[in-house]
Amino acid sequence: MELILETLGLTETAALLSLSSPGWGANLLRGLANSLQIALGAFGMGLVIGLFGAYGKLYGGPILRDLLAIYTTVIRAVPELVLILILYYVGTDLINKLAQFMGYGRVEISGVVAGIWVLGIVQGAYATEILRGAIQAVPPGQIEAARAYGMPALLTLRRVTIPALMAFATPGLANLWLIATKDTALLAVVGFNELTLETKQAASSTRSYFTFFLAAGGLYLMVTLCSGVVFARIEKWARRGQPSLRQGGL
Amino acid sequence: MPTAASADPDPAATATPGTRPPSAAQGQSGQDAVRIEGLHKSFGTLEVLKGVSLTAKQGDVVAIIGGSGSGKSTMLRCINFLETPSAGKIVIDGEEIEMRADGSPANRRQIERIRTRLAMVFQSFNLWTHRTLLENVIEVPIHVLKVPRAEAIAQARTLLQRVGLANKEDSFPAFLSGGQQQRAAIARALAVDPSVMLFDEPTSALDPELVGEVLTVIRDLAAEGRTMLLVTHEMRFAREVADHVVYLYQGQIEEQGPPAEVFGNPKSDRLRQFLQSVS
Repeated sequence: MELILETLGLTETAALLSLSSPGWGANLLRGLANSLQIALGAFGMGLVIGLFGAYGKLYGGPILRDLLAIYTTVIRAVPELVLILILYYVGTDLINKLAQFMGYGRVEISGVVAGIWVLGIVQGAYATEILRGAIQAVPPGQIEAARAYGMPALLTLRRVTIPALMAFATPGLANLWLIATKDTALLAVVGFNELTLETKQAASSTRSYFTFFLAAGGLYLMVTLCSGVVFARIEKWARRGQPSLRQGGL
Repeated sequence: MPTAASADPDPAATATPGTRPPSAAQGQSGQDAVRIEGLHKSFGTLEVLKGVSLTAKQGDVVAIIGGSGSGKSTMLRCINFLETPSAGKIVIDGEEIEMRADGSPANRRQIERIRTRLAMVFQSFNLWTHRTLLENVIEVPIHVLKVPRAEAIAQARTLLQRVGLANKEDSFPAFLSGGQQQRAAIARALAVDPSVMLFDEPTSALDPELVGEVLTVIRDLAAEGRTMLLVTHEMRFAREVADHVVYLYQGQIEEQGPPAEVFGNPKSDRLRQFLQSVS
């Protein structure tokens, strides 16, 4: 191992990326863990918002529909970086003002929670549109059959609509998840210790920018590759019962 | 009609969950299963049903015939409130469905409960495509009627066997022929042990050579005394299985009576023309 690194001239790189001090590898992994935590939280929150949003847009009254239209339009119109700055600073400021008004002192807001909220709101807007399209793609007859057999609305949603829409929503949601993992990098601007900020700190302390950013890129790539495997399985499950398009005998 | 003489027990009825009162197959003859009074339905300014009244007694097979746009499917769909009637009265097994002044159901719970006693078979089958045939048949018994899973599965297997799909229980609907899908849909309907079965043009989406297998299943159900309302274009079949035939014309009952009368000796010109055009 040592010999290989030696011949490749990578001894120094290995030392820099080493998990034990003075290497910075552990910092990078901690950053990655933070990033994934936020991405998962934000994606989950986005799905919940998206499901309510999609139902609101499809079946809600005119006021709800207008409000949701404003939400999805504004969120999707403003660059995410700007949104993150606005939501983060305005959000924390509002919470502090509220806390002071109610007689509490300044509240320390956890970076993870703030990050999940901010990205979750952004993800929710995109998820709303993905799920709205997917719900519309579910054959109405299947939902009608559920109603005709006395299924209440929530049971229909859980047993018929959601499983049926998964086939249509999975590719879009996989995209959204990958965007979530990378949007966590934007939280670096508000000083949250996710992978990109950890990388930047390691790089500027050691002046080895190339090494560290390449390593960070590698970690992001690993996340994407693993996600691809997971989503391929989900999609295969979601499309069970549907004939493959390839069986056409082309 | 079921008689005391029928020695061998009907497999569908014996496999029925004990929590529900025996209905349909053993139901007392003579009691009203479905009663519709003055049913109106408009879509916007278009009045599709103009005051239809109809009664089906337990064990009756009522065939509803009529041209396209006559309102026959709409009438069937109003019975289980898949369409909201504009006005009128619907009574299922002696229980009147509570309606607001505009015809919308006043009590969601009641509708959902009554729907479990009605079973609809759709023109386009409407099986849940992400579930196997067995899963389709056990879905409502397990999740709506709260039948224990093992019991529901045993019952579903009996029903699938009955409609000739015993070896297809693990197949997904998309891999089956239309006739097989519709027979599975009938098994799904039987799984709730309905008081009344509603057939909405069950053979209209099928290739001609597949119609027979579905009609055979329906004929057996009629013979066993199931109460059913059947919207159909199969005149010969209607004449054969129905106890009562209703001819709808532009949202009103133009003529009704026993099949021999309606088909053999039609009184209205419109019915005569209609029968000529479809035969």
